[in-house]
Order: sequence, then structure tokens, then C-alpha cells
Amino acid sequence: MTALGKLLRTTAFRLTLVYLVVFALFAAFLLAYFALNTRRLITEQITSTVEAEMTGLAEQYNRGGIRLLVAVIESRARQPGSSLYLVTTSKGEGIAGNVGSLAPGVLDQPGWTETVYRRLTDPETQDEHHALVRVSTLAGGFRLLVGRDLEERERLYHIIADAGRWSVTIVIILGIIGGVFVSRRVLNRVDAITDKARVIMAGDFSGRLPVGGSGDELDRLAISLNAMLHQIEALMRGLKEVSDNVAHDLKTPLTRLRNRCEAALRTATSEADYRTTIEATIEESEGLIRTFDALLMIARAESGEARDNMAAFDAAEIARDVAELYEPLAEEKGLALQVDASAAAPVKGNRELVSQALANLVDNAIKYAAGHREANGAAADIVVGAGSEGDRIVLTVRDSGPGIPIADRGRVVDRFVRLEQSRSQPGSGLGLSLASAVARLHGGELRLEDNAPGLKAVIALPRAEAAASA
Amino acid sequence: MRRVARDALELGKIGVGSGPAGWNGFQAMRLLIIEDDRDAAEYLVKAFREVGHVVEHAGDGDEGLALALDGRYDVLIVDRMLPKLDGLAVIGALRAKGVETPALILSALGQVDDRVKGLRAGGDDYLPKPYSFSELLARVEVLSRRMGGREETHYRVADLELDRLSHRVTRGRDEILLQPREYRLLEYLMRHAGQVVTRTMLLENVWDYHFDPQTNVIDVHISRLRSKIDKGFAQPLLHTVRGAGYMIRDGAR
Repeated sequence: MTALGKLLRTTAFRLTLVYLVVFALFAAFLLAYFALNTRRLITEQITSTVEAEMTGLAEQYNRGGIRLLVAVIESRARQPGSSLYLVTTSKGEGIAGNVGSLAPGVLDQPGWTETVYRRLTDPETQDEHHALVRVSTLAGGFRLLVGRDLEERERLYHIIADAGRWSVTIVIILGIIGGVFVSRRVLNRVDAITDKARVIMAGDFSGRLPVGGSGDELDRLAISLNAMLHQIEALMRGLKEVSDNVAHDLKTPLTRLRNRCEAALRTATSEADYRTTIEATIEESEGLIRTFDALLMIARAESGEARDNMAAFDAAEIARDVAELYEPLAEEKGLALQVDASAAAPVKGNRELVSQALANLVDNAIKYAAGHREANGAAADIVVGAGSEGDRIVLTVRDSGPGIPIADRGRVVDRFVRLEQSRSQPGSGLGLSLASAVARLHGGELRLEDNAPGLKAVIALPRAEAAASA
Repeated sequence: MRRVARDALELGKIGVGSGPAGWNGFQAMRLLIIEDDRDAAEYLVKAFREVGHVVEHAGDGDEGLALALDGRYDVLIVDRMLPKLDGLAVIGALRAKGVETPALILSALGQVDDRVKGLRAGGDDYLPKPYSFSELLARVEVLSRRMGGREETHYRVADLELDRLSHRVTRGRDEILLQPREYRLLEYLMRHAGQVVTRTMLLENVWDYHFDPQTNVIDVHISRLRSKIDKGFAQPLLHTVRGAGYMIRDGAR
């Protein structure tokens, strides 16, 4: 596409054209209206003047006959800027007046006529003027003509018409220039954005669209797109991290598995040896499947697919159920697990996923609190709670374990991140990631806070509408 | 350390050794496996035959439907994704024709909503791949018996009795007081007395959870229940089936 073609296709230019046509039409209409009305007004004025003079002269004639009429006309005709007067006999021979020549036949028809004329004083060479005249027949067969020059009217009309033509022309020229200017400006910025977008599409996700700084609509668009790019970049980075982690956390056990089998092939001497190896292999594969399932679950929650399966339920009931499921385990580890969920906590969501997220938190709490049990009086070691916090429903798991240092709290939510102290504990490192993904799926978040001592993990979810929870 | 992890190793022992064959008149089942993956199908056919069941195999949906239509099988094991006719469509067609043979769906899609879809299509149970054979065996056996009308108001294993109307549990002359969940756990075990019940089956049927709770919480619940019903009695009734799950049975018979 040529530069001009591109320019003509811009929205700004097309809008300019539309406005231009509308504005020019409006201006033309306004001026035409003005011109015609002015002309009409002047004509009316001329008519009434002529009418009045005609009446006056007819009176003079009635009073003093042709003699008085001629005298009056002679005196009036000499005044500067006078009207046109002509008195003739019934045959059309001039008696008095200031008209030198007329268009033929004007005198024969009484009433209003527009005609060309020449004054007596005008030289023969001068152009004929236009006039509006009235002819009437007097009692004695004389004909009386009174008229006014139309030059003034025509001049005014032409001035207005010219003004109209010029202004419309100027409007169009200025409009096109303005349109081109604005379109070029917009086009340049759009081109800049397009160029940058190409660079980004080519793989440079750190690039951002240029923002002019004027806060106009293009800036707003660029800012929104930049925010989107930021999100995409974060997702891409996340994806890369995940694939690195998946590679590590899945390949490590796979390598172990393979090594063990190879070692068995080389060194096993009895059926019992093979048996031991196979048992260990199956156990290892079991762990791999779990990790894999957890990853799929997280991916599913993050993609928002599970949103289809949302229903209203009571989070307090979930807290009680999950606590009930884990209570014997906690007791076996010498921990006291308490529930603090008396009031109803209506939530709309995927019951199974929220249960699993909470179960992961409780499982973690038991794991770490058990390894870190200290004399802390009669207080419960783990408290599973559900309650309200403003417009949020919160599911909390508080433990008295070692907690998580503030610096690591953001990190542990990422997939596969396991703090050094927890490497010795069994687990995939996906529990918190899943809890976080589930919370985000429901429009909430997972918060890790200090329970002093211990960890307070909070799944905050939007409160369901009263009607939905009924 | 997960005990389930060992199950496949105990294969030979589960079915014949401690499974139904071991104690009260082994009932061979007629099974139809509809699975297109030849290796997987061969493995299943072989494993079920080793346990003593009669197995037939169909390699695609059409063939499976044709075989299943005459209804002479006890349980159908249907892979979800099949050539020609999808697994769910096979089950749907069977149900539409009034064939109510219980069907277990095997699927690589293991998420909750896939499961719900499978059960809605007329499946009776849903097992995500990869599965362990002991899990599959336990589920198939339960499916087969369930159709035999084991929903009763009163269960009895040796001198342990559970009355579903009064919610009373007694052993000998002693009344045993159970928490609501312990009661449901025992109820499920007793309904399937003599059958292996896996941890996931318990989690699904007693707690209605379909996720993996990471730590084996079920074991602890079982040992609590065991301390209530078996402690102080000479004859233990609640048995751990190594590598598979649990079973309640009258060991004396």
C-alpha cells in the first residue's frame, strides 16, 4: 500500500472527510439562506418605496393635473440617488422623468416589471442597469412609471454569494490539510506500535509498545496492551520455569528408576533381589504419577477450565470435613488439631478443588508441625478455620511449625519449590502451588502469614451472593 | 512409604490368596474388556485369568458393543477412547437397549469433571490411568457383587453386627459407639464384606473425595476403627490386605 493510500484509509482521515462534507454543506446552506433572504428583504423594501411614491404621485396628479405631476417629478428626479420616474402620453411619448431608455414594451403593460434601463444623464456607452419598475395608467391616459435601481440589491447578493463560495472553499482546503495532518500523526503512532508489535511477535517479549504520554486513546490502548504483554511475559517465564522444573523433578526420579533397573540387571542374583528392585520401581513410578496428576490439576485450575463446575457450598463445612479427615493423622503424630468454623461461609466454586487445596495445607501443617513440635502449653498445634473477612471468605490453617521466612513466602507458591528444610520431607513441592492456583481460579488468593510461631496459610475466596448460598 | 505402591507385586496373592477365592467359595466372574491398546489388554486378560476369572476381549467399540449386548457378562471394563465407537457411546448404547451390566470406565482423563461425565454416561465406576491392577480388581469385584443386591438393612460378619435402621453397631453383647464417619466407614466395609476395598475406594465412597490426600490418612482412620471393633476380641475381623487395601471378613470360616 502506498503512503497516500494508507493515509486515505485512516479512520482519522475518513472522519475528517465526513465532517468536512457536513460542515461545508451546512455553511453553504446557511449562506444561501442568508443571501436569498437579504435579496427578498431588499426587494420588499423597493416595492414598498415604489408603491408609496406611486400613490403620492397619483395624488399629486389628481390634485393638480399633469402640470403638477410633471413639476413634482422634475424636482424629484433631480435629487441625487433618486428613483426612476417617467411620465408619458398614452402613445408613449415622454413628458417628464429621468429615464433615457427602457426595454421595449415595458410601458405597455401596467404593473410590476423588472427591466433594463438607462438614465437620461448616463452616456450611451455605459452598460444598462437593472431596475424594478411599476407602470400605471393615469386618468387622462397618461402613463406613469416609477422604479428603483436594483444594482444595490444585486451587489449585496453577489457579495454574499462570493463570501459563501470562498468560505466553503477555504473550509474544504483547511479541512483536508487538517485531516491529513491529524491522520499522519495517528498513522505515525500506529505505525510505531505496529513495528514494535512485530518485534515482539518475533520473540522479544521484553519489548513494550511506545506510549506518547498525552494520555489520549492511543496511549490508553498502548498501556492496556503493555499490561497484557507483561502478563504474557510472566506466563511465558512461568512456563519456562515450569518446564525446567518438570524436567528436573520428573527426570530425577526417572533416572533413579532407570539406574536401579540397570543395576538389578547387572548385579541381581536372586529372585528376591529382582523383587526388591521391582517394588522400588513401582513405588517410584507411583510418585511420578502423583507429581504428574498434581501438575495436570494445577494446569487445569490455572486454565480456568474447572470454572464450569462451580456450585454454591459452605466453606465451613469443607473446613470441618477436611479437619475430620486429617484429625486422626494429626493425633497419631502427637498433634492436636482443632476446627474453628461455626458460622456458615457461603462460597461459589468447585467443592472438590477447594477441599483438595485445604487438604494440602493441612497436610503440610501436620508434616511440618510434627517435625517441629515444641512445648507450647495446651494450645492446639493446628487450627483449621473458616470465617469471614470483609467481603471474603477465608479458610485458614494455622500451625506451630517452623513457618516460612518472609523472603521465601512468595517463592514457595511456585511449582516444585521446596525450601531446604523441607527437602527431607516427602512431597512433590506442588501442594502450595495447587492451593494458590485453586484460590486464583475462584478469584481469590493464597496468603502465607506469620502465626508467631508457625505459619498461617489463608485461602481467601470471594463471598457468594446470599441467594446463591441458600 | 506408600503401601499401595506394592500392590502389583502382591498380585498373585491378592486375588487367590486373600481375595474372595481364599475364603468363602470363589465366584469366577465373566468379564469383557473393551480396550484398543493390545499390550494393556493382554496384560489385563492375563492378570484376570490368573486370579481365576473368565475374560473376553474386544479391540474396538463396535465389537465391544456387539459382545456386550447379549448381557452375559458380570462386569464390563471399557476404555474411554476407542476406535470406531467411543467408550461412553458404547455404554450409552447398552443402557439405551436395557443392558444394565455394570461398567467400569478406564481413562487417561482423570480429572473430576471427566469422571462426572463418565458416570453420567451410564458408567458405574471410573478409574483413571495409570492404575494398579489390585485397584482395578477390587473395584471390578465390588461392582459385580453390588449387582447381586447387597444393599441390606442389616449386616453381619461373625459376631459383628451393624443395623442400618437404628445405626447400632454391636459385637457379641457389647454395643460399639462410633463417630458418624467411623460408622460410614464400617458400613461400607461390611457391605463389601469378604471383598478387598482399596484406600481410594474408601476415600471416594465414605468421604466423597476424588483427590489424593498425599499422606495416607485412611490408614489412620482404619486403625482407629480397628481399635474399636477388634480390640479385646480374640478374632480380628478387619484385615489389612497387603499392597491392596482392607477387608472385613470372618476369618474363622
